[in-house]
Amino acid sequence: MTTTNRRRIAWIAGSAAIIVLAAILPLLAIEIPGVFPGPTYTPGTLQLLAYAMLIAALALSYRLLFGLAGMLSFGHALFFAAGAYGLGVVLEWFAPSELPSEVVFIGAILITLVFGIVLSLTVGSLALRVGGISFAMVTLAFAQAGSVLIRRNPGGATGGEEGLALDITHVPEGFIGVMNTRNLYWFALGVLVFVYLVVLWVERSRAGHVAAAGRENELRVRVLGVRPYPVKLLVFTVAGALAAVAGMGYLLLQSGAAPRVATADFTLTLLVIVVLGGVGYRWGAIIGGLIYTLLDQRLTALAGSEAIAALPDVLRIPLSEPLFILGTLFILVVMFLPGGIAGIPQRLRTHRRSTALESKETVDA
Amino acid sequence: MSEPILAVSGLHARIAGQQVVEDVSFTVPSSGVTALLGRNGVGKTSTIKAVLGLIDRTGDVRLAGDRVDRLPTHRIVQRGVGYVPEDREVFAGLTVAENLRLAERDAEPRRELVERLFPDLVQRKAQRAGTLSGGQQQMVSLARALLNDNRVLLVDEPTKGLAPKIVGEVAEALEAVADTVPILLVEQNLHVVRQLATDVVVLSGGRVVHTGGAAEFLDDDDLVHRLLGVHGDHAESDASEGAPAPEASATTDTTTEEGRA
Amino acid sequence: MSTVILLLVTGLGLGALYFLVASGLSLIYGLMHVLNFAHGVFLTIGAFLGWEVGRRVSDGTWGGLLLSMLVGVVVGAIVAALTEYLLIRRLYERHIEQVLVTVGLALAGVALMEGIWGTDPIYTAKPAWLTETTEILGARIPNDRFLLIGIAVLVLLGIVLFLRGTRYGLIIRAGVENRHMVTALGIDVRRSFTLVFAIGGAAAGLGGVLASVYYGYVSAHLGSSLLIFAFIVTVIGGLGSLAGAAIASVLVAVLQQFANFYLGGTGDLAVVLALAAVLLIRPSGLMGKAAA
Repeated sequence: MTTTNRRRIAWIAGSAAIIVLAAILPLLAIEIPGVFPGPTYTPGTLQLLAYAMLIAALALSYRLLFGLAGMLSFGHALFFAAGAYGLGVVLEWFAPSELPSEVVFIGAILITLVFGIVLSLTVGSLALRVGGISFAMVTLAFAQAGSVLIRRNPGGATGGEEGLALDITHVPEGFIGVMNTRNLYWFALGVLVFVYLVVLWVERSRAGHVAAAGRENELRVRVLGVRPYPVKLLVFTVAGALAAVAGMGYLLLQSGAAPRVATADFTLTLLVIVVLGGVGYRWGAIIGGLIYTLLDQRLTALAGSEAIAALPDVLRIPLSEPLFILGTLFILVVMFLPGGIAGIPQRLRTHRRSTALESKETVDA
Repeated sequence: MSEPILAVSGLHARIAGQQVVEDVSFTVPSSGVTALLGRNGVGKTSTIKAVLGLIDRTGDVRLAGDRVDRLPTHRIVQRGVGYVPEDREVFAGLTVAENLRLAERDAEPRRELVERLFPDLVQRKAQRAGTLSGGQQQMVSLARALLNDNRVLLVDEPTKGLAPKIVGEVAEALEAVADTVPILLVEQNLHVVRQLATDVVVLSGGRVVHTGGAAEFLDDDDLVHRLLGVHGDHAESDASEGAPAPEASATTDTTTEEGRA
Repeated sequence: MSTVILLLVTGLGLGALYFLVASGLSLIYGLMHVLNFAHGVFLTIGAFLGWEVGRRVSDGTWGGLLLSMLVGVVVGAIVAALTEYLLIRRLYERHIEQVLVTVGLALAGVALMEGIWGTDPIYTAKPAWLTETTEILGARIPNDRFLLIGIAVLVLLGIVLFLRGTRYGLIIRAGVENRHMVTALGIDVRRSFTLVFAIGGAAAGLGGVLASVYYGYVSAHLGSSLLIFAFIVTVIGGLGSLAGAAIASVLVAVLQQFANFYLGGTGDLAVVLALAAVLLIRPSGLMGKAAA
């Protein structure tokens, strides 16, 4: 009993320390050449880190679907895009000018959140009527429809291929401009912590346990007298709503939204992130999101570097394609490192003492 | 008697993490029919599938003295094991002729034997197996195993769900080949067991609880009742319909071996 | 009337492309339960290498095109067979991991081809006749449509003959129905996995060359854009059913053309709605077995 309590306290203290460290990062001047583009207080680095945290938040919501409940969705990008484009469109078109800006801003966020929830509830209730690969295909189809709609630019609302620029009339001043990147960084950190806590809450709830049990064996859940459909729909909707929250953060951080975030490729990226980080671990999604975004960014920088340009074609061409490297890395992880990056400590530990150190460790990982 | 054709010892198997076969050991002599008996869900089908490697298993399985428990299914079958699965598992979209052609392993498959045993199938060669009656499908399934010169046959509930007349035909066909090849037979119908079996192996809760001669076992009403939950074949219970034995009938279900069902 | 015919024939031509991709996807899924995201890569690499060889020998002639198609078939088959042999087989029976590996391969493959051939489309030359039109009942039909339809029909016939007439075809058909029973008859079903990948890859590689004829260019993203529609076709037709894939290819492409023309360019949306409708009414697809 006391060991679990002690472990719990250690875990909370550790998490708090990480959050505090992340929070004071903009006040420090840490330089890690090759990883960050500059010292941690510079807008460039903060922007990158904030983006990585939002992707991590999105990946967490995807892990809730895929990792916890075993639902392989190819349409999760739809809800992220719904958050980003939804907030952008609401701020631009439905902002009553007689209200104070703060009210409009908060109101727009709430409207977008409701939109995200309704959308994921609708898609989920239809898609969950089928299972397995068919479920994946229905989600893909809906996301594809969303992607097509955004690219088509109906009524000039989404900006089509050009993307949507954020209308800053009602956005608080503290969120605008390069000088305020720091605030956006804290905001992104807040989004990540919020998403983490919601995910934690869902996983610990009864619904979370039922969903996890259903992943292993749907029959067992039915035998217990629980209908899996409402539970799955709940998880699907929560994951969709959280993705929309991350999407709103993305719109504010990037001052706009690009149609890329609605594509099937973007969902595949999430899948890669979650598996890379480790499907079995909540931390895995965060680590995967951070590492993937940093790698993507730094590999792109590396691709343009002179060291690469000097190489012979056989090496230069593959190394100058970040996605080639990431794709290859992903294949290697799937084939040789089933627990992902977050699973490495566990693997090392079980290697050292071959006695089974069962799930106890992973519950709070 | 000579070396057993099939020797299983310490066989364990799991399905979806659940132990379905636990430390099962038995032998199938090189001639005659060995009946594998037990109530519903005690692991008879799983035992057969584990022997064939169709489900994950550990343990020692020997075919004519050679270990086969590390081999993949098709290798085991190629060494001369014929398999007639529960529920027949014919390829519904393929014709009867195609079903049989697929099963031919030997250079000279024994088509005449099959045609003699199941003349019905000859006429229905071009018919899709999915459109056949249950009895005809069972004949396709049996024929697939009989086409090759096997060293042992694993036959899983061949009379399940069949009309009494067809049960008789299937039993006759099995009796006809039992002279030439040893058979491990899972069968609920005790009339059929009495007609065919020379030996019995009884499972309960994934373990072997009785082995011995078939006739002695069937004559021991108490033992049959205790281990199978049905009365012997003299008592006209459900057996003639070929229906599965009823589930545990609580009253006499007190033997120690039964604890883990 | 002439518009309807033009839309119909163009739809059939596009459907031919869909079929060349979907036929392999459907067979692979049917036999192995692997949703192959790398299928677009087989198509694109076939298109690129076919174009590279064709233009060097005789660019823009029938001989060049035939050579391109041959190269596309061979390259598609080899890349696909290697994929199965080196990656998929090692993850035997672990379907999610198998899908993930094909996702990784799709990402890496497209990126690699972008690195080699650039991100912009490369315009291709084709025989003069294919750039002309033929009049049928008042509709002026681009001739390349006939080539696409003709070849897709030949491929369909070829695959059907293979499946019906050979022992491997028999094994594949039986394996789609019940793979375990095939092994229980003493047949090493894994050998047919490589074969099915090779056949699917060959059809996709051929489809790549034909797609470059249809669109007039090759690009690293040729495969990914066709792949999504091929997935939809495969699911609508019923996973594992070749006939279903053929019928759904035509239905989807024709629906797309008509919706694009008559409903203000909503072809893609119409297809997506059709998929949702089919799955909700008949989860196993038009010609599929029990729901997956």
